[in-house]
Amino acid sequence: MNTIHEIVLNWGIFERMLAFVLLAPLVGGLLAGIDRKVSARFQGRYGPPVLQPFYDAFKLFQKEKIIVNKFQDFNIVLFLLFTIFSGALFFAGADLLLTIFSLALAGTFFVLGGFCVGSPYSHLGAEREIIQQVAYEPMIILVAIGMYQVTGSFKVSVIAQYELPLILYLPGVFAGFLYILTIKFRKSPFDLSMSHHAHQEIVRGLTTEFSGSTLALIEIAHWYENVLLLGMVYLFFGFNPWLAVFVALATYLFEIFIDMNYARFKWQLTFGSSWLFTAVAGVSNIIVLSLMR
Amino acid sequence: MGWFKRSPWVLHYNATSCNGCDIEVIVSLTPLYDLERFGIINTGNPKHADILAVTGSVNEKSRQVLLNLYEQMPNPKVVVAVGLCATSGCVFQDCYNVLGGVDKVLPVDVYVPGCAARPESIIDGILKACEILEEKYSQRKKTGYPAAKE
Amino acid sequence: MSVLIFLIVFPLVISLLALVLPRGFHIRKTIGTAANVVLCAVPIYLLVANLDQGPSYFRLESGFVDILIFLLEVLIAGYLIYLSVRAKRYLPVVLVLIQMSMMIGFEFAYGHSIQVEHALFMDKFSIIMALIVGIIGSAICLYGFGYMPEYHEHHPEVKDRRNYFGFLMYLFLSAMFGIIFSNNLLWLFFFWEVTTLCSFLLIGYRDDKASQDSAFRALNMNLIGGVVFAFGIVYLFVTTQTMELDKLLLLDQGTVLLPAVCFAFAGLAKSAQFPFSSWLTGAMVAPTPVSALLHSSTMVKAGVYLILRVSPVMDNTVAAQMLTLIGGVSFLVTALIAISQSNAKKVLAYSTISNLGLIVACAGVNTPAAVWSALLLIIFHAVAKSLLFLCVGIIEYKLGSRDIEDMDFLIMRLPKLTAVMMIGMAGMFLAPFGMIISKFVTLKAFIDGNPAMAIILAYGSAATIFFWTKWMGKIISIRHGEAEVVEHTVSTWEWITLGILAVATVAVCLAFPFISIHVIDPYIMELFNTAPVIDMFNVLVVFAIMFSLLIILPLGLFYYAFINKHYKRVGTYLGGANVSNITFEGAMDSTQPIQLKNYYLEKYFGEERLFYVGVFVSLTLIFIMFGVAAI
Ligand code: SF4
Repeated sequence: MNTIHEIVLNWGIFERMLAFVLLAPLVGGLLAGIDRKVSARFQGRYGPPVLQPFYDAFKLFQKEKIIVNKFQDFNIVLFLLFTIFSGALFFAGADLLLTIFSLALAGTFFVLGGFCVGSPYSHLGAEREIIQQVAYEPMIILVAIGMYQVTGSFKVSVIAQYELPLILYLPGVFAGFLYILTIKFRKSPFDLSMSHHAHQEIVRGLTTEFSGSTLALIEIAHWYENVLLLGMVYLFFGFNPWLAVFVALATYLFEIFIDMNYARFKWQLTFGSSWLFTAVAGVSNIIVLSLMR
Repeated sequence: MGWFKRSPWVLHYNATSCNGCDIEVIVSLTPLYDLERFGIINTGNPKHADILAVTGSVNEKSRQVLLNLYEQMPNPKVVVAVGLCATSGCVFQDCYNVLGGVDKVLPVDVYVPGCAARPESIIDGILKACEILEEKYSQRKKTGYPAAKE
Repeated sequence: MSVLIFLIVFPLVISLLALVLPRGFHIRKTIGTAANVVLCAVPIYLLVANLDQGPSYFRLESGFVDILIFLLEVLIAGYLIYLSVRAKRYLPVVLVLIQMSMMIGFEFAYGHSIQVEHALFMDKFSIIMALIVGIIGSAICLYGFGYMPEYHEHHPEVKDRRNYFGFLMYLFLSAMFGIIFSNNLLWLFFFWEVTTLCSFLLIGYRDDKASQDSAFRALNMNLIGGVVFAFGIVYLFVTTQTMELDKLLLLDQGTVLLPAVCFAFAGLAKSAQFPFSSWLTGAMVAPTPVSALLHSSTMVKAGVYLILRVSPVMDNTVAAQMLTLIGGVSFLVTALIAISQSNAKKVLAYSTISNLGLIVACAGVNTPAAVWSALLLIIFHAVAKSLLFLCVGIIEYKLGSRDIEDMDFLIMRLPKLTAVMMIGMAGMFLAPFGMIISKFVTLKAFIDGNPAMAIILAYGSAATIFFWTKWMGKIISIRHGEAEVVEHTVSTWEWITLGILAVATVAVCLAFPFISIHVIDPYIMELFNTAPVIDMFNVLVVFAIMFSLLIILPLGLFYYAFINKHYKRVGTYLGGANVSNITFEGAMDSTQPIQLKNYYLEKYFGEERLFYVGVFVSLTLIFIMFGVAAI
């Protein structure tokens, strides 16, 4: 592990970007498979093979292309491209804020895809997706602000190398981040806009009209995004790479656990509680930090 | 590699089932039978589905819906008739509004018998459908994809 | 200097021409076009000629002009009193009387002793403003040629006073140039009042009850600002014998804090910050060119212009912090209210107030980075927002509604216009275009200075995403089948303007490093002796995104429109109950069309719920601001 760490440190920007682009879908897909397996075990089932997400993706690529209008898939392609791009930026050690904005851009394309098809289910899903975006956006920006306050830099490379444990300075921010991470991972109780489990009141929400290879692209974008988010968890524990990787994985399991234990919230509760929790945990932490200096 | 065999997604439609077969379909998702271990997912959306599992006989009202759903599924796709009603119309076949089994409307690939069909046989039927799915896919590949149509 | 005087006098001449030349006279349009070309060209010349120069000040023997201005001021006051009395509204009368008695008394007591060394001046900031006023202003006047005939077609009850309209628009441009080039505060004040007058008259153009109400509300609030402005000038001169903007900045902070706060207050009123925001939303009854020119891109910018000018005086005081917070409150609250609005012009108005709030907050923070981003915000916002207003103006008459809910499938009905609108919206909120670049820097500026503001910004940007994305989604949704295309009825004048502004929106995004290095940085250097260092890598990344989008978007659209053929087109999923692709079978065998509506969350972000919160919080902050300045 330590040697891996050193090798990664010696890589240039483009090597890291390339590594992310190639490896992230593997890691992300594997994590998704573990997610399904663990979820099944929580429910006393045997569950699908760990590689199941890959099987699904391969199958989807083999399906016929059906569309509602010509341009719907373009939004999804852009969504995927910008998700990959934000992730690549992050792992290249670039500006954290820039990564966040670029991820928001990707998210916007996703929402526009949902609106574009003009279908009721999709429309409702897109509307809810915006609400989710609005719910988590402040907290994600606060994460960047908090890290800047402690390390004095927005650069991911600097933050990751920071000697002292960030988590000791940013416990509130971390808690807030965990909270909205549930939204970002699209887990219950916050999986309003689309759900991975049995299709609920709005069928498959945003993705209702996307099928075949486009649906696979959405899944893959989601894998990239998950890896990026776990990368952000890593930053909180960057002082010790071993611990950081461990905590990132533990976080993932924790989110699965939450997923299994909650029914879906209404959007009012999702939105209100996210902003409130952001205010209580995140904002207070930021203010304490600014007073400390 | 047969990816269809490993990840068949099922759309379940209740044509006019008495709910007996529906419950059996749902039961096969529960921990005891656990359909998901074959990678099977119960979707609610024809656009994501590979297999259309129909329960109950077809009547005047459900006919059009069945056609719509089938039309909106991307190829390759198969239809599974679950339960006696879906296969033949069962005791309802002489009703004034009942057309009969699903095969009166759609090309059915697998018939699962039973009133109600047992979960074991439903799972069996769906796995059978997976084979047909693979076949259809390789056939499509041989004949080439049909060109775009509006 | 002659260029500056030309810029002030030239629109005045045009405005008189617009008034006297009879309508239907073909030469009107020719003159208008020529004038607009000149108005665009001269500020550009000004920029090119002064690219490497610092600020320049101009001495002017102006005894005669001073007297003329004074007389005109009295005249305007008289006219305003006449109008108010005729409309039986007495608050403006009182305000005008207070203001005039102050100014007249001042003139007689001190008039002879006023020594103004440099009456006019020009620096990079003025040039930026001149470019905005010149280019956008003249573009919008062109748009007016196409728009006004249609306006009168749709509103036969409104008296056709097109000449008067043109007169006011050009008069306003002249006054705007006056504001940005005046160093003499008395002149600045005069031009300030002229813009108030123009705004008042233009809002009341329709001359019905609603527009009269809005016009008088705008007048009242701006007059309150004007009274405080006048008080500031008198106080400043009495205590320090200074009447010049540049000298003001050199004086001791303690003595000039109060006048500076007075000026900032006037600026708040003019740029419709809380507690004055209601006049701007009311002003949306005016014809669209007015909203685009006065109420989004220029006149309200005069407010933040003045605030940015005086904010160095308030540096590091509690007053400055209060100013920052007022800006912050306006930014956040109006962004939230905008979520609940479905009237397109109102959404634009609230978003305008919100962005101005951000600029005010930057002025309050007053670090190099903050001022840097304030200037960029002014530029980006002016271009993109006026573009959006003009688009909405066209849509309003093509669809017969300005409600966002009626803009379904806009891309099918007005495809090119929708594309232009998307550019404008992208400029308003999408990374990496326009506003986001400056928001990015603003955030960094806030964290060092004022973390509370950083938090407000975090919440506010989330709200911003909400109302823009859902509107954007609305206009790009596509349905099956044909829709009637109504685009060909848009006049050429309107297209030209939209073209200019759309290109400008993209151009300022692409040119922002150039603008930053050659125009903004020198200005910051003069103010602070350091310029903010912008991380080159980030700029590169931003550019990578912009360029790839500029390339991918057209290519992708082309690919999906013409090349991609491997698909089968099916209807939307409607639970299998499709009758056709846009209708489904409802209860009782009925056929129902699909209807898609957006969320407005009025219960949470309704106007009546949040408006007073903003007003009371900001009133408190204003009292504190004056309190600390007066002590
Ligand atoms: S087959 Fe039997 S259980 Fe199934 S739907 Fe028909 S009647 Fe009901």
